[in-house]
Amino acid sequence: MRYAAWRFVLQRGSAAVLALCVIVHLATMIYAVRHDLTAAAIVARMHASVVWPAFYTLFVVAVAIHAPLGLRAIVDEWLGLRGPLVDAVLACAALVLLAGGLYAIASLSA
Amino acid sequence: MSERERVGERGTLPVRIWRGGADGAFERFDVPRRASQTVLDVVVHVQRHVDPSLAYRYACRVGMCGSCAMTVNGKARWTCRTHVDAVVTDGALEIAPLSHLPIVRDLVVDMAPFFDKWAAAKGQFAPTATRRDPFAKVPPASPKRRAIDATIECIGCGVCYASCDVVGWKPDYLGPAALNRAWTLVNDVRDGAGVERLRAVATDGGCQCCHTQQSCTRSCPKHLSPTGSIAGLKRLVAQAALKGTL
Repeated sequence: MRYAAWRFVLQRGSAAVLALCVIVHLATMIYAVRHDLTAAAIVARMHASVVWPAFYTLFVVAVAIHAPLGLRAIVDEWLGLRGPLVDAVLACAALVLLAGGLYAIASLSA
Repeated sequence: MSERERVGERGTLPVRIWRGGADGAFERFDVPRRASQTVLDVVVHVQRHVDPSLAYRYACRVGMCGSCAMTVNGKARWTCRTHVDAVVTDGALEIAPLSHLPIVRDLVVDMAPFFDKWAAAKGQFAPTATRRDPFAKVPPASPKRRAIDATIECIGCGVCYASCDVVGWKPDYLGPAALNRAWTLVNDVRDGAGVERLRAVATDGGCQCCHTQQSCTRSCPKHLSPTGSIAGLKRLVAQAALKGTL
C-alpha cells in the first residue's frame, strides 16, 4: 500500500518536473535553430557551464522515474502483466534510461 | 382500447436484448412504440407479452433504487429514467447487462463484486461516539459537510462502475462508486477510521489507478462527480505518504 502511494507520488512529482524540463528543452532547441548554432557550438556551451549539465541531469532522473512507472500501468492494464518479475524488468529499464542519459551528459560536458 | 389504437402511428421498435450468460447472444424482439416510452417499459413489455423467461431487475421505476441499470445502445444507464426517444439509434435499440460484472442471466448481473469493493474501500461508517454521547453538531456550511453534500446522494446503481475503462482493464481497481463512498466517509467528522480508510484506498487497486477520464462523472445519473472524490483521495494519500502517516 505504501509502495503504491509512493509510486503515485513519484510519478506525479516527476511529471511536474518533466513539464518544466520539456518546456525549457523545447525553448532551447528553438533558440539553437533560430541562432544557427552548430553541434560544436552547443557542445562548447555545455563544456562551459555547470547549469546545463545539472539541468539535463534533473531531466534524465525525472525520465528514469516517470517512464517505467507509466509503462508499469500500461502493461498492467493493457497486457495484464504484473508482479515482481515485471517490476524487476521495469527497474532495469529505469537503470538503463538513467545510465544512458547520464552517460550522454557526461560525454557532452566532460 | 385496441393494441393498434394504443400503438397509434408509431409502429414497432426493433430491440436486441442480451440472452443467456457471458457466452450468450442478442435476440431480436419487436416492441410496440408508445409515447413517453422508457427503456424499462420496453423490457417489461418483452417479458410480459413475448417471452416470460426474460430475466431483468427493477424495483422503484422512478430513479430511486438504482436496480434497473443496464447497457443501452452501448452506454450504462438507468432504464427507468431513459426515454426510448432519447437513445434510439437508427430506429433500433440494443439492451445488454452492465459491463464489468458477472452476468447471472440475460440482463441481470451479480452486483456482489461491486459491493465487495465498497467493503474493501472501508465504506462502512466507523462511529466514534456511543449512544450516551450527545448528537454531533456538523455545521451545514462547513467545508467537510459541503464536500459530503456533493457525494452522499450515490445510490449504488453501478452505472459509473460499468462505464469506467480502468475497471475493465484492471479488475482489482476499487472503482468510482467505492472510492466516492470512501471520500464521503473521509469527510465525516464523526467517523474514526480515517487512516485505515486511506490505507484501504491506497492499495495497488486504489484511487491512484484512476486516469481522470471522467467517464464515471459523465455517466452518473445523479450528476455526482466520483472523479472529484477520487482526486480528493489522491491528494490525501499523497500527503499522508509524504508525512509518513500512511
